[in-house]
Amino acid sequence: MLAKRVIPCLDIDRGRVVKGVKFEDVRDAGDPVEVARRYDRQGADELVFLDITASSDDRPTLFQTVEAVAREIYIPLTVGGGVRTSADVRALLKAGADKVSINTAAVHNPDFVTEAASRYGVQCIVVAIDAKRVNKKKEPVRWEIFTHGGRKSTGIEAIAWAAQMVAKGAGELLVTSMDRDGTKEGYDLELLRAISDAVPVPVIASGGVGTLDHLVQGLQDGHADAVLAASIFHQGTHTVGEAKRYMAERGVRVREQALPAFVI
Amino acid sequence: MAVIGVIDYGMGNLHSLGKSLERVAASDRIEISFDPEKLNRCDKLVLPGVGGVRGCMNELRRLELNDLVVEASQRVPMLGVCLGMQVMLDFSEENEGVQALGLFPGEVVRFPDPDPDGGVDRLKVPHMGWNRVRQSRPHPVWEGVPDDSWFYFVHSYHARPRNPEHSIGTADYGHEFTCAIARDNLVAFQFHPEKSQGAGLRLLANFARWDGTL
Repeated sequence: MLAKRVIPCLDIDRGRVVKGVKFEDVRDAGDPVEVARRYDRQGADELVFLDITASSDDRPTLFQTVEAVAREIYIPLTVGGGVRTSADVRALLKAGADKVSINTAAVHNPDFVTEAASRYGVQCIVVAIDAKRVNKKKEPVRWEIFTHGGRKSTGIEAIAWAAQMVAKGAGELLVTSMDRDGTKEGYDLELLRAISDAVPVPVIASGGVGTLDHLVQGLQDGHADAVLAASIFHQGTHTVGEAKRYMAERGVRVREQALPAFVI
Repeated sequence: MAVIGVIDYGMGNLHSLGKSLERVAASDRIEISFDPEKLNRCDKLVLPGVGGVRGCMNELRRLELNDLVVEASQRVPMLGVCLGMQVMLDFSEENEGVQALGLFPGEVVRFPDPDPDGGVDRLKVPHMGWNRVRQSRPHPVWEGVPDDSWFYFVHSYHARPRNPEHSIGTADYGHEFTCAIARDNLVAFQFHPEKSQGAGLRLLANFARWDGTL
C-alpha cells in the first residue's frame, strides 16, 4: 500500500534557504544544495522549494538553484512561488522540477490551472492554498484564501476553492494554515480534514509543525496524504528518519529507509 | 560504448531520467533526441512520458516517432516509463479512449474514484507517492533489487496486460495492479525509477547493462 509522505520544505530567498514565522521575520537556514542532499539521504519522500520573494529579478537565481539541487537528488522536487505563466512552468520543469506549485496566479485566473494541467499533465500541477480563519468567535468556522505569500486577502472561501481547483485540473493540493505557520502549535487539523475529505486528490499538510506528534495528527486526524515541515528539520530538532520511525510506531504507514540497492 | 536514446517528444521532464542514466551508465552515451534518424542508430531506447495519452500519441505521430518505436521494438532493448509504458499497450480509456502502440496486448484503465465517506483510508486519485513493488516474475532488470522495494508512482491510469506472463511486477492500491511489464526485448515500468533513489537507479543500471535477452 501507498506510504504517507514526509516532505521537508525549503523556503528559498535569493538562493538561500530561509525560515520565517507567520510568513515574516526571515532567518538564514543554509545552502539549498547541502540542505536538499541531507534530506534526500535521510529518507525524505519528496522536497518542496518555495521561492518566497518570487520577484522576477530573482528568477535566474531560482532556476540555477533548482538545477543544482535536481542534480543531487533522486526524489521528486516541487517548486513554487511566482509561477504565473505556462512559460514559467516549462522553465521550472526544464530546470529539473517534477511539479510546480501555483497559488496567486490560480486566483487571478483559475483557467491557468487547466491550461498548465492539460499541457504538462495533472501530475505536475500542485495548487497551493494559504488559508486563514476569518470568522469571529462563536461564529461558524470559515477560512479564506490569501495570496502574495499570505499578504493579500481574497474573500474566497477555502473549501469551495479547493474543490474548484481540483475541478480545474490540480493533481494535488498544498494546504497551509497561515494561523499556524511557524508557530509550532501543530497543523490546523479542522482545515485539513475539511479540504482532504472534500477532494479526490492528495493533500499535503503545511503550517505549524513543532513536534513529531503533529505529523501523526496531520495524517490521522487531518486526513492528509503527506506532511510538510520546515523548522523541525532545519533546526536539527529531528531528522526525517527519526520522524518516520516515530510515525511508524504510531501506526502510520511510511517508507522505511532501506539499504540502497545502488550506492548514490 | 553503447548509445542509449531517450525519445524526446515533448512530454515531460527528461532532465532527471537523462541525468539518472548518465549516473548509472557512465561508460555509455545518452542521446536525448526527437530525430528519428539519430534514434534509429541507438543501441537501446527509452520511451518516457508524463501527461495525457492523447497528447502523447499525437506528438509521437507528429514527430514521426510512432513507426520508429514500433520498428525498433523488434530489435533493440527498450524501456518504457510511466506514460511511456501505458502507450505500449493496445488502448487507453483516458481522453475518451485512445489507440496506442500495441506492443503489448491489453488496455489501460482508470483507478476508481475514492469513496467520499472513506475518511482517512480512502484512496485518492492520482495514486501519488511511494509504494512497494512485488516482483511477480523474474527478469534481468530486477537483479540486485530487493523484492518489495519502494518506488515512486504518480498516475491515475494503470495497465491491464491481457497476457499474465507479461506482468513482471505488481503493486497494491485498493487492488493489486500491474506496474511492470516485459516481453522479449521490451520492459516498462509505471513508476519512476529516476525518482526512486537507490532501487530505481539499480533498475536503470540493470537496463543499461541488459542485452535484451531473457
